[in-house]
Amino acid sequence: MLIKRSHAIAQKNHLQSALGALSSGPLDRRAFLRRAGFTAGAVGLAGLPLGSVKRAQAAAANPAISVTTVKSVCTHCSVGCSVIAEVQNDVWVRQEPAFDSPINRGSHCAKGASVREIVKGARRLRTPMKLVDGQWQKITWDTAIDEISAKLLKIRQDQGPDSVFWLGSAKFSNEGAYLFRKMAAFWGTNSADHQARICHSTTVAGVANTWGYGAMTNSYNDIRNSKTMIIMGGNPAEAHPVSLQHILTGKELNRANLVVIDPRFTRTAAHATDYIRIRPGTDIPTIYGILWHVFENKWEDTTFIAQRVYGMDDVRREVAKWTPEEVQKVNGVPGEQLKRVAYMMTHEKPATLIWCMGATQKTVGTANVRAYCILLLATGNVGAPGTGANIFRGHCNVQGATDAGLDVTSLPFYYGLAESAWKHWARVWEVDYDYLLSRFDDKKMMELPGIPTTRWFDAVLSKKEDLDQRNPLRAMLVFGHGGNTVTRMPEMVKGLEALDLLVVADPHPTTFAVVSERKNNTYLLPIATQFETKGSRTASNRSIQWSDRVVPPIWESKDDYEVMYRLAAKLGFADKMFKNIKVENNVPLAEDITREINRGAWSTGYTGQSPERLKAHMANQDKFDLVTLRGKGGDVDGDTYGLPWPCWGTPEQKHPGSHILYNTNQHVKDGGGTFRARFGVERNGVTLLAEGSYSLGSEIKDGYPEVTLGVLKKLGWDGDLTPAERAVIDKIGGATPDTVSWATDLSGGIQRVCIAHGIVPYGNAKARANAFNLPDPVPVHREPIYTSRPDLVAKYPTMPDYRSFRMTNIGGTVQKRAVDLGVVKSFPIVLTSGRLVEYEGGGEETRSNPWLAELQQDMFVEINPADASARGIRDGQMVWVTGAESNSKARVKAQVTERVGPGVAFMPFHFAGWFMGVDQRGKYPKGADPIVLGESVNALTTYGYDPVTAMQETKVTLCQIATAV
Amino acid sequence: MARVKFLCDADRCIECNACVTACKNANEVPWGINRRRVVTINDGRPGERSVSMACMHCNDAPCAAVCPVDCFFTTADGVVLHSKDLCIGCGYCFYACPFGAPQYPKLGNFGSRGKMDKCTYCSGGPEGADGSAAEFAKYGANRMAEGKLPLCAEMCSTKSLLAGDGEIIARIYRERVLKRGYNSGSWGWQTAYQETINV
Repeated sequence: MLIKRSHAIAQKNHLQSALGALSSGPLDRRAFLRRAGFTAGAVGLAGLPLGSVKRAQAAAANPAISVTTVKSVCTHCSVGCSVIAEVQNDVWVRQEPAFDSPINRGSHCAKGASVREIVKGARRLRTPMKLVDGQWQKITWDTAIDEISAKLLKIRQDQGPDSVFWLGSAKFSNEGAYLFRKMAAFWGTNSADHQARICHSTTVAGVANTWGYGAMTNSYNDIRNSKTMIIMGGNPAEAHPVSLQHILTGKELNRANLVVIDPRFTRTAAHATDYIRIRPGTDIPTIYGILWHVFENKWEDTTFIAQRVYGMDDVRREVAKWTPEEVQKVNGVPGEQLKRVAYMMTHEKPATLIWCMGATQKTVGTANVRAYCILLLATGNVGAPGTGANIFRGHCNVQGATDAGLDVTSLPFYYGLAESAWKHWARVWEVDYDYLLSRFDDKKMMELPGIPTTRWFDAVLSKKEDLDQRNPLRAMLVFGHGGNTVTRMPEMVKGLEALDLLVVADPHPTTFAVVSERKNNTYLLPIATQFETKGSRTASNRSIQWSDRVVPPIWESKDDYEVMYRLAAKLGFADKMFKNIKVENNVPLAEDITREINRGAWSTGYTGQSPERLKAHMANQDKFDLVTLRGKGGDVDGDTYGLPWPCWGTPEQKHPGSHILYNTNQHVKDGGGTFRARFGVERNGVTLLAEGSYSLGSEIKDGYPEVTLGVLKKLGWDGDLTPAERAVIDKIGGATPDTVSWATDLSGGIQRVCIAHGIVPYGNAKARANAFNLPDPVPVHREPIYTSRPDLVAKYPTMPDYRSFRMTNIGGTVQKRAVDLGVVKSFPIVLTSGRLVEYEGGGEETRSNPWLAELQQDMFVEINPADASARGIRDGQMVWVTGAESNSKARVKAQVTERVGPGVAFMPFHFAGWFMGVDQRGKYPKGADPIVLGESVNALTTYGYDPVTAMQETKVTLCQIATAV
Repeated sequence: MARVKFLCDADRCIECNACVTACKNANEVPWGINRRRVVTINDGRPGERSVSMACMHCNDAPCAAVCPVDCFFTTADGVVLHSKDLCIGCGYCFYACPFGAPQYPKLGNFGSRGKMDKCTYCSGGPEGADGSAAEFAKYGANRMAEGKLPLCAEMCSTKSLLAGDGEIIARIYRERVLKRGYNSGSWGWQTAYQETINV
């Protein structure tokens, strides 16, 4: 028998010696890849021609150099798991569990547990590259920036600023997102967008139009308080796995109901107490089916509705049409099942509704979200622990990037695009409003929403007379955004080929770099990940977490801040844009950008979260309660973890942040709130303000409008402002200081006085069951554009054609044509899409990670056994999936499973690198091709856009499936 | 002396594969070798359950019983390790193991196997100094020597996979079952440790 060392005793110095000794090889990434035994198609690192080799040298760590521990945040989903990196000689040598984080308590999913691989970077883009006659050529950063900026300026001169599309990223830090939006403003266009357009833009619009802010109302942790959890149109077990820790614990401790409503029996559904299968695209009938039982049995929360909801009677009239028989006819769900849900939501409270892209990615996305909110309002399940609209956002900073204004309809922090908004930001930025105006074609273009990312290629291919801007798009700059994420890829490819300039700034080449037949005028810029820079990111629950730099940018990568600064310098506005931001060696200081956000983001309460406070939270994670997120002791006593916005006033005012939005059971100084008075004080003689409901400790025991200096004067509280605050307000207001509001007062005085009197700066209104400014003020069911039930189109048609976002939306015509032509006969299967746990977004990064790629090596389509047997399809066989537009097709593996119902197929959306049956591996820059390639589902998805946000319809279209030889 | 064990709470496992990639991350296990994997039964149907599987470090390990070169060794903590210097890659342990734990790097086209590889409970190997470079290259991390548990369990997304002193993790599991009022059993315990957790 072998003799083992005596005991395994904890010794602090072991790690030191262990890691020191590793320098000789085991952690060396070259050795790793040699050992890895990559199979065909997976090119090892040895012999790669591109890039410098400085990383490999750095990997040779010196045993004498100590190990440093850095805390960062996972760069995948919006849960916001803390990551602990052990770093030696600028190499991330070990990843440890972050047990102190109240959000993840050490846990990760497959993606989070493998983030260390990202900065090994074997398949990262290593240097700037440009396409010369179809071949990738290595270039220097200086050349890249010089050439790109010269081309941009030429396009600006010839075609105007609106001919450039700035596509940003939910992978940016808050600081990066804010800077990107600011750059578009200084360039002179509103066409600056990011992934929120295609994931939760309809949520933001729907929720904000209901009760004020477009965000998750509670938190992942707070779900532990719920007694009923409804997950509808989401699969968090794969998309947000660590959230299941809170959900399943809540389920166990409270013996809570966990209801999953979805067309697909997801991995989340496997843990549900109830699973309800609906036909894709019938969310509103399902919600109204539940509400029908609520109203029929008088189970609604009448006090809550009377005090805090406007227009519920209009909803009752619509719901009355949705009898159990009609509901079952449309969505296929028996009435008894929905009655059970209605009972749970009204009798087993608190209840929460969780949704993701199943709700949002539809032509009725905004209406779906509105219906979900209405269900919560009718049952009184908003604004208290365990309740709420728990919207699980997608990317790691999609909430923050949305807040920071990477949006074609708004300046940062939801100020909109009106002149007053521009003047507010001109004051914050300390530039003349007239200078900003001069950057645009004219005032009209300055205030007109830009081109959204779902339709940028339509704006390239349209004739200029069909667009509400001077010329079509000629150039696109993409920072951190996959190329397989929007529908109608065959059309998108044509748009790519027609562009005069394409710049892809990303850690990986992305689909944009390979999917088209572009030969020239295409640039790739290697960008550092968030582990190679620092900044703050906002998790789905609005908690803001500061992420420190783990290692310097690898290979020749540069971080977002530096690239934006260099571009701005060449484009001629860096001095103005970075007036109050310190720049060292071309790298802007992240903390200074955070402070600038603090000085301007009054509307959303991003003002109290100074870099110092955020860093203190990261350093004191162990002091926060797991359920309430409240800090105990030290610098963070009384704070809510991550100072979730709104965090009112200046950092010095020490507001603790708001764990639960609209929570009247707490004082506003402790994070309480009311529904926001955003839409006036009355409509047609009916008040929009709350009646008899107010937050704890409020000196006004009723509803009140948003607070301006004028309102303070009426209340007699203007004397509470300090002379300095008053001076700032008078300067901003000029001749009309009374109009200066809580959102535009740069002194923070109005907010301070409000909170001292226990009132919420944004007012105290009713939530709107009737959102009178939307196309469908009360949500109505509309069949998908490509519906499997054309017989229902006459009764439930989509919107007629209309213009929005500078273009025509012909959804009505497309639906009519599809019905008239009987498209459903040739394409009888409903196609829907979703996530896999191993991959993220467009998937370039995760498909390049061998630890993840090994687990999902093939793109596939899930098909029900009945549909498979009718087509002679066996499990694991290759099939052609064909789409209803553009003769689109995809060659993928069949997975025959009852996970999908008969007549429904599911495909994951993370794959690219094959397009319409053609392998594109050879078109990647050598060595930067992801390990796993596959067909993109969005090659098959079709026309259809939400009228409010131009969200695409990826979750329901039609397809046909046939065996492939 | 603690006797360490693994326990996978199948009511919590969501097949997120964090344990699989955490293992890769901690041990730099090459492509094609999976010391840990997640097995799902009734995939896509009501009753779907997943369970994370690796070497369970059995009491009376069947692998050790069949090994012709006697390369297996049980540590004082109850961890079953094997010497890669002695292993001849015969594959008997693979046939004996009830959990499919032993893995073999494929060396050629005709099925010749390399030395067996399996979960070490993040305890390194049976020979040499704790945490040495040679030990890491051959066996992977030695977290136990630092007083840490296997990374797979430490990073489990839902705290489904538990590692540690068998009595403590059995107690945690028992408390969970009492609170939730149902359970689908401590998978593998009867086979590996000849016991079940009574609630």
